[in-house]
Amino acid sequence: MLQFILKRLGLALLVALTVSIISFSLLFLSGDPAAAIGGETATDQDIEAIRVLYGFDRPLPVQYWDWLSSALAGDLGESYYFKLPVATLIVDRLQITMLLGVCGITFALLTAVPLGVVAAIRPNSFIDRLALFLSVAGQAMPSFWFGLILIVVFAIQLGWLPPSGTASAAHFVMPTIVLGYYAMPAIMRLTRAGMLDVLSSDYIRTARAKGAPEGRVLFKHALRNAIIPVVSLAAVQMGFMLGGSIVVESIFALHGAGYLAWESIARNDLPTVQALILVFSLFYIIFTFLSDVLNAWLDPRMRAG
Amino acid sequence: MPDPLLPEPLLTVRGLTIDIPVGGGTLHAVRGIDFDVNRGETLCIVGESGSGKSLTSLALMGLLGGRIDRRAARMEFDGIDLTGANKRTMRALRGDRMSMIFQEPMTSLNPAYSIGDQLTEALLLHRDISRDAARARAVELLEKVGITAAASRLGQYPHQLSGGLRQRVMIAMALMCEPELIIADEPTTALDVTIQAQILRLLVELGREMNMAMILITHDLGVVARVADKVAVMYAGELVETGSADEVFNAPMHPYTRGLLRCIPQPGKTERGARLGTIPGIVPSLVGKVSGCPFRTRCDQVVDACRQDVPHRHPGAGEHAFRCVHENGLRAGGEVVT
Amino acid sequence: MSDMTTDPLLAQITGPTPGQLLRRRIFGHQGLLIGAVVLALLVLVALFAPVLAPHDPYAQNLLERMQPPVFLGGTWNHPLGTDHLGRDYLSRLIYGARVSLLIGTIAALISGLIGTAMGVAAGYFGGRVDAVVTFLINVRLAMPVVLVALAVVAIMGGSLQVVIVVLGLLLWDRFAVVMRSSTLQVRGREYVAAARAVGCSTPRILLSEIMPNIVNNLIVVVTLEMAHAILLEAALSFLGLGVQPPTPSWGLMVSEGKNMMLFEPWMVLIPGAVLFVLVLAINLMGDGLRDVTAPENRS
Repeated sequence: MLQFILKRLGLALLVALTVSIISFSLLFLSGDPAAAIGGETATDQDIEAIRVLYGFDRPLPVQYWDWLSSALAGDLGESYYFKLPVATLIVDRLQITMLLGVCGITFALLTAVPLGVVAAIRPNSFIDRLALFLSVAGQAMPSFWFGLILIVVFAIQLGWLPPSGTASAAHFVMPTIVLGYYAMPAIMRLTRAGMLDVLSSDYIRTARAKGAPEGRVLFKHALRNAIIPVVSLAAVQMGFMLGGSIVVESIFALHGAGYLAWESIARNDLPTVQALILVFSLFYIIFTFLSDVLNAWLDPRMRAG
Repeated sequence: MPDPLLPEPLLTVRGLTIDIPVGGGTLHAVRGIDFDVNRGETLCIVGESGSGKSLTSLALMGLLGGRIDRRAARMEFDGIDLTGANKRTMRALRGDRMSMIFQEPMTSLNPAYSIGDQLTEALLLHRDISRDAARARAVELLEKVGITAAASRLGQYPHQLSGGLRQRVMIAMALMCEPELIIADEPTTALDVTIQAQILRLLVELGREMNMAMILITHDLGVVARVADKVAVMYAGELVETGSADEVFNAPMHPYTRGLLRCIPQPGKTERGARLGTIPGIVPSLVGKVSGCPFRTRCDQVVDACRQDVPHRHPGAGEHAFRCVHENGLRAGGEVVT
Repeated sequence: MSDMTTDPLLAQITGPTPGQLLRRRIFGHQGLLIGAVVLALLVLVALFAPVLAPHDPYAQNLLERMQPPVFLGGTWNHPLGTDHLGRDYLSRLIYGARVSLLIGTIAALISGLIGTAMGVAAGYFGGRVDAVVTFLINVRLAMPVVLVALAVVAIMGGSLQVVIVVLGLLLWDRFAVVMRSSTLQVRGREYVAAARAVGCSTPRILLSEIMPNIVNNLIVVVTLEMAHAILLEAALSFLGLGVQPPTPSWGLMVSEGKNMMLFEPWMVLIPGAVLFVLVLAINLMGDGLRDVTAPENRS
């Protein structure tokens, strides 16, 4: 188990390092970053001064090392636009995004897992078909469009929910649904497939042969085994969700990290964009690492090995 | 008419029929079979794979899937009607008064729970007993099935045990509530040959010791000869011959039973170097309407009448019975093969 | 025994050929049929856009701004109304099909080529190649797609070509994952060992033994990634950092309609609905193809 964790940890660090190189090199994709900062009105002297000021005149590996070592120390540079430390900005904005992500994945799990279980208990029933239809339709639904429809119906027409902002819990209802529904189809399908698989297994028959009541068979014996892969999927989806928060936050004007990313990209604020890509990637890496560990703990075969 | 001198059988089955809906119609997997099991008695059901043995055992336990149709004229366990029993009644019986040992020890244990949890589950479900007492009973039974260091095994998980150990655990699990009837569906097929005999012997000894009735499902006639009190021979969903082990082995009446017995070497009867018998042909499809004798496509005694309904015949005074158009299982002028 | 040959008990079910079975499954699969028909219609609309569109999708007419669709009291001159610049909504929708389908197809092709090459190599060669490919897949999955695509498109400048290439370079992960596991499955089969035993070259084994046996999985991923690319383009354009105006992209149309959403919700509803139908059709087809070609793998 410890060996497994260490191996995963090593892999996660390597992935993080590679991602950091990629997000660092993004800065040079446009050609000369100094010219980008200077803007259209800058003279050659201005650009040269900027180049020296930001250290763009040094060799790339040196610049990368500089960037990485200060990033590790918590210094992600300064935002071109806000003129504030990027780290402060992101920490400030991440709270909303994290809250949204947790709400989103919870919503997805609480709806998709029961639906998947019911669909698996009664394959080809009305509920199964409905679940399948919802999952196919859900995957095809553009999230920005879904968000706008919710606003039109629930905020404008019915006036039940506030259309944007973060002032109260009610403000998070629609963003949670829009962020969460996208993960539902995959979770639903995996739960259903896992339950179908487990329910036809020999040990479920053994449990029934012991005279275990059906609820105990379904939840204690079947779901306990079928849920293991769902845990990994949920972690992966949670990582995707944080990345996907950019669309949701822009629709509902939630000033989280996704919104910050959108603003920064539109304003060519590269240090912030770089840092955000790195941070979102790190979250994904941490989530998948934690899910691997949780998985190993849930599955006795891995726990011992 | 019940004989007042004989005790009521523990299990009575009359006209058990199992239909399975399949793509091209209905598979008539088991068609009208009858048998009894008395307390403390071992009944062996023999037959090829696909003959309906396992389905029969699952039907007794009420463990057939929802789509499968089970009917019976009569099916009683100690006076309890199993055909009309509701789920609650069946649940109360299962694992307590009747339990089952399955074919696949490798997959029949839940990988997520420890051996101890799985062993004690039935006892905790059916008896008002403390966890500690249940675990003590589990240790006792693990020792009984020949597992060393039983107490420390309780914390282990199925993947940590070999196939032979797992089947011993399965046996211990089935015995936890001291059932009156134990159904073992080819309990040793999946195991190494060297372990098969040990496990089987263990099972039969424990059955005798606890005075349990046992239905042992197998295709191994050698096993049957050693342990059976009664034998039921199944072919393509029908019981073609039933009787005491003596009767079936020494005076087999049905051509199929004779064919089966020709397939195994018998000490003192089969000569060295002689070829063992085979039964040519394949088992017929049971999808759609099935009529007449199902064995007629492979039988060397076949006549036109085999397409009609086949009579039940009772050659002696005992329980011996078989189904064949021929009075002694042989066409007039046919040769006796055993 | 001769009289037994016609015995119904012996009548073996003479099954249909694999080809017949496949055809039967295709025509018996509602989702697949519906998806294929809708997709075919939309492809035809995209191909014959110049013929079908009643107006020039770029022609502005400030006098006829924001006319409602026919069913909301508009005129048949603009069946689906006009946008904030007086451009015919129906014509822009029709031309928008071209943008979506073009992006979906080419992005899926590019990512399909990259992902398939990586996945097949990893699955077939195993060892270090597999370790490297698996690592790259992990790196790719860790990168937030929308964010990276937005950033790169913003830096390179938004245009149809840039969006297509960026999406193509980003969406290869699922191809690599699926092709890797499919190849792993096929690699161990007897016919591959046989081909190797008679001395076939590696490229020949890959092309004539491995590929034909994993191509059905590939097709399924192609459809799913097409849908994915189309949705992503729409999202990027909606955020204003994808295809640039005045190109008629459905995502862009939703974005432009958003400002008028309070009073004219149809401006958002119509392009989004068309996008939804297109993606739904592609997904239905992909799911259907999976069911039909490998019913045992349905998940």
